[in-house]
Amino acid sequence: MNGALLSVEDAVVDLPTPRGNLRAVDHVDLAVGAGRTLGIVGESGCGKTMLSRAILQLLPRKAKLSGRVIFDGQDLTTLSAEKLRKLRGRSLAVVFQDPMTSLNPVLTIGTQLIETIQEHLELDLAQARQRSVELLTAVGIPAPEQRLTQYPHQLSGGMRQRVAIAVALSCEPKLLIADEPTTALDVTIQAQILDLLAREQQRRHMAMIIITHDLGVVAGRTDEVAVMYAGRVVERAPTPALFKQMRMPYTEALLAALPKLDVPPHTPLPAISGRPPDPTRPLKGCSFSPRCRYSAGRCSTEKPRLSPAETLEHLYACFHPIAAGSGA
Amino acid sequence: MLFFVARRLLYLVPVLIAVSVLTFVIASLLPGDLAYVILGDQATPENVAALRHDLGLDQPIWLRYLGWLWHILQGDFGRSFRTGQTVWQAVSERVPVSFELMILAELIGLAIGVPLAIACAAKAGSAFDRFMTGSAFGMLSVPTFLSAILLIYLFAVELRMLPATGYVPFTEDPVANLRFMVLPALTLGLAEWPGIMRVLRSDMIAALQEDYIALAKAKGLKPSRILFVHALKPSSLTLVTITGINIGRLIGGAVIVESIFALPGIGRLLVGAIYTRDLIILQGVVLLVAAGFVIMNFIVDLLYAVLDPRIRHGHA
Repeated sequence: MNGALLSVEDAVVDLPTPRGNLRAVDHVDLAVGAGRTLGIVGESGCGKTMLSRAILQLLPRKAKLSGRVIFDGQDLTTLSAEKLRKLRGRSLAVVFQDPMTSLNPVLTIGTQLIETIQEHLELDLAQARQRSVELLTAVGIPAPEQRLTQYPHQLSGGMRQRVAIAVALSCEPKLLIADEPTTALDVTIQAQILDLLAREQQRRHMAMIIITHDLGVVAGRTDEVAVMYAGRVVERAPTPALFKQMRMPYTEALLAALPKLDVPPHTPLPAISGRPPDPTRPLKGCSFSPRCRYSAGRCSTEKPRLSPAETLEHLYACFHPIAAGSGA
Repeated sequence: MLFFVARRLLYLVPVLIAVSVLTFVIASLLPGDLAYVILGDQATPENVAALRHDLGLDQPIWLRYLGWLWHILQGDFGRSFRTGQTVWQAVSERVPVSFELMILAELIGLAIGVPLAIACAAKAGSAFDRFMTGSAFGMLSVPTFLSAILLIYLFAVELRMLPATGYVPFTEDPVANLRFMVLPALTLGLAEWPGIMRVLRSDMIAALQEDYIALAKAKGLKPSRILFVHALKPSSLTLVTITGINIGRLIGGAVIVESIFALPGIGRLLVGAIYTRDLIILQGVVLLVAAGFVIMNFIVDLLYAVLDPRIRHGHA
């Protein structure tokens, strides 16, 4: 993991709940190089949002994080609050899932942009205003001057997400974490927002983590993909390698669950049967084994480790991987 | 915005009419005929009948109401048959006292309640938060007459720092005026802060859970800016409401506190009118106070729009 901009090492997030300890993130290792894109994929509740909050050091107050989060040579888990604050918004930015709730409803778009710029960059109000207009233009918002005096509710969801992206880009971050950036948006807007993110990433040479439940989002837009299940990374590979040959049955099931255009209408969607395990009652074996059609033998008694396949970049945690050359 | 104000103003008309009807009907239903009250025990039935006729009391209630309303619309609220003072004179003499008391009490209540609420919300669940929330509960259950007497005992009797009762107009001697006002205002303020603090605290705790606060933190904003700009502004709607209600209520005078501290405010005027069965004063004052309350709520509505753009633009 040398030379990585961000590396997460053995991260564990525990959340105390009335039903007992909930392990949201379970020994996760990840790395993103400068200018690279990582996709984190998994269904709801698999811990991907908690992982992103752990990277940002924005976990709920009661959550406990262990492990290391090295960003730009500094371990964020041991950084003082003030140093962390100077980093957030400056070189480490985030776009949240729901633009309806992530912008402050009582502050103007201009205020929310300018406050970020003035917090981190030495610009006077006129310069910060000018920069805000440029940012809004860059994210494709028409009449940017007028938007500055408008409030979030006066904009559509897609426009608000563009504003949120402009806020995230405002100080030229080195890493942008996009946490389900299109989930709350209309399908027609989703591609536009993803393309916008990809374009700005190229232009600004920043690294990006796209968190999503949709394998279709990461295909062709990321350099590497990590698939998460029940708090663990269960498969990790360069994107082309993963889509050429997925080894982990969960990844395969996730892909099969995507609606496709070429099947006849009214064909039932192959959903993954069963539900993710209760995270307060961890299983002894592989967390996916109860739902896995390949499950056999030690799958239910022993946890498979994330280990390399034929190539060192392709890692998966499975005792009965899908054989090379078959499947997708 | 202009349209918003005009629409809210239009809403006021039916409310004020309803208030005037209620005031008039309730005052009319009070036992004791006004004519008897004026003439006393020795009145002959003929005298009473004649006076009733003069006062228009023999007319049906709706006619009397319309007559009363007609005079009010011309600015004539009636005249006390005891002192000869018009309602308008009596009220405008007393209003400055109650108004000053109200302003000072609210300022004290807000000065204690708001910082405590912010501090508690920022450290929700901490020992400090639990202690202050508990204290607020305790203060909420202390009646004003008790805290008034305790304050008088402490500051007037023991420490001899402040006068216990009395009043000097602000225009005559500002310092003496404020010295007379401190204890009554403190008594009311001590009753106001727990409500202010509890409402604002819970609204702020809710606001601090919002996504936009997480984003504000992710933007690297200073904690003070997150607390005072991003969290306080959207949380202050309920605060404005209860402050408005408190102010509206105190415009009507603080009956108990004004009585204890011998302040010649609206509250004492009302109590006096009730004791002397001065129905004209009672009716007029209640109507004016109710109108003040309604108008205060109108101002609160306008403040909502200032605080929350979604209300201003008719979205919420």
